[in-house]
Amino acid sequence: MSAPVAVAERRPRRELWRRLCARRSTRAALLTLGLIVLAAVLVPWLSPYDYSSPSWTHIFTAPTWAGGQVFGTDALGRDLLVRVMWGCRISLLVGLVASVVSVVIGVLWGATAGYLGGRTDALLMRSVDVLYSVPFIPLVIVLNVLFGRHLVLVFIGIGAVSWLDIARIVRGQTLAICSREYVDAARALGVRTPAMICRHVVPNIMGIVIVYATLTVPAVILFEALLSFLGLGVQAPLASLGSLVADGASEMQSNPYLLIIPSILLALIVLCLNHLGDALRDALDPHEP
Amino acid sequence: MARFLLRRLLSALPTLLVIATLAFALLHLTPGGPFDSDRTLVAQIQRAIEARYHLDEPVWRQYLRYLNDLAHGDLGPSFTYRDTSVNQIIAQGLPIDLAIGGCAIGFALLVGGAIGLGAASRPGSLRDRLPMTLAMIGISVPSFVIAPLLILIFAMRLHWLPSGDWVGGSWRHLLLPSLALALPYTAFIARIVRASALDVMGNAHIRTARAKGLGDTAVLLRHALRPTLMPLVSYLGPALASVLTGSIVIEQVFGLPGVGRFFIGGALNRDYTLVMGLTLLYGALIIVGNFVVDLCYAWLDPRVRLNR
Repeated sequence: MSAPVAVAERRPRRELWRRLCARRSTRAALLTLGLIVLAAVLVPWLSPYDYSSPSWTHIFTAPTWAGGQVFGTDALGRDLLVRVMWGCRISLLVGLVASVVSVVIGVLWGATAGYLGGRTDALLMRSVDVLYSVPFIPLVIVLNVLFGRHLVLVFIGIGAVSWLDIARIVRGQTLAICSREYVDAARALGVRTPAMICRHVVPNIMGIVIVYATLTVPAVILFEALLSFLGLGVQAPLASLGSLVADGASEMQSNPYLLIIPSILLALIVLCLNHLGDALRDALDPHEP
Repeated sequence: MARFLLRRLLSALPTLLVIATLAFALLHLTPGGPFDSDRTLVAQIQRAIEARYHLDEPVWRQYLRYLNDLAHGDLGPSFTYRDTSVNQIIAQGLPIDLAIGGCAIGFALLVGGAIGLGAASRPGSLRDRLPMTLAMIGISVPSFVIAPLLILIFAMRLHWLPSGDWVGGSWRHLLLPSLALALPYTAFIARIVRASALDVMGNAHIRTARAKGLGDTAVLLRHALRPTLMPLVSYLGPALASVLTGSIVIEQVFGLPGVGRFFIGGALNRDYTLVMGLTLLYGALIIVGNFVVDLCYAWLDPRVRLNR
């Protein structure tokens, strides 16, 4: 009796987690990311230094273990470790919120187009085609300049850019799902269109959506960093990883650590997320062993 | 073929119209104008300047005027760079962007493609895993991080190459910017080519080619290469677009006089015509990129017909 019960009780979520953690590199990525997130969340309570108040006696202290300022200090004597962690905070927040925005828009848009088909489909996907040709990064730059730098604008701008891919993928998946029997069965039972899309179509494309969402987060983080690098993202004294890299680049001749440390952190976060996205895709893909 | 070209050309027009309208609305409906400054001008002079650039007209008339000029290929005079038209700015800056972007894409295709094929030919070996680990790191490091690091190493420490100071411009000035722009794309292309090649290698026609006694290289180049390139081509469309916007940052770091620097300067100064002109330019280049991608599709896969 035990064998069939074991099969019946196999939990897909636990199974996914097991396959995800099978590789050592994925565990390392998860751990690194976890530590960075923890430090970024807790930084206001962890360090005696804050990110904004200058300290004129500690300008350009090189990184040392002795003084407790292991990443050194910047041009205004602010502790680089604290600033980098605040930068991670901003970058991760932007990455998360903008990704959620783009996933919600993309999934609803794509699922509606794929489910309804016909003229609605043509209209929705044609507009995606047109939007693909709109140079959004320049437009977001203009937007930021015109309305003043504001985090909310960065969210909206980036979210508006990155939902297009997801919409296309979701539409394709929806088309495939709509030919399944359970969709016919639900329709025969009289389920209405909105409930149909939300209850029956969307849950069944979540796998691929999660993979793409995981890959959207690093893309968004890089985009925000790019805006901040150009001086169009977060406003001083608050820093994001992009603006820290930009600050570091202007001091790199004399104090290269100001450039190298934020660069490494930015690359590390994006690397872990990219790797995680890859690993998730492998874990969800039934073809791979 | 001619019909396809015509169709594509016609379908690009509404897209450009959307871009123009979007940019126009964004710029004109937000508070503040190009000639509002801290320094207050005599009211008459202010009015004269605004009349000179037709800013005193109602918005809808300015919009129609802009579209009319656009239809004649005239992007209008720049507001901030006096006595210079947007067309002149583009004519001056675009060649630099095209040179950097072209070098970057060329480098990324050749090097990335070679790495990807090399990795796919021996999956699981060191030749596969080492470059793929590097590629994973490569796609995670944006070009605006690579650019200052390259300057730090090759210009400031080793003194091999100039870090900027574009005067006249020799190929040495283009080397570091192109490389900084190219590296992330190289990594992306290596990953795509490897995955695609592994996929193709499992196909029946490859087995047939091997069965008739062809060597590894012949199989790879004659039978596997074309289908391998399909996913690469669909990546190239978005890549061409992001190379263009990526060059905005690269120009900023290396101090190159391409259109990207004018774009940011124009946006900061509310130079309506300059920003709209350059946004349209970016849009047009993206459309051209997607068009080239479609042509490549048809060339790579004869089953794709162009008359859709």
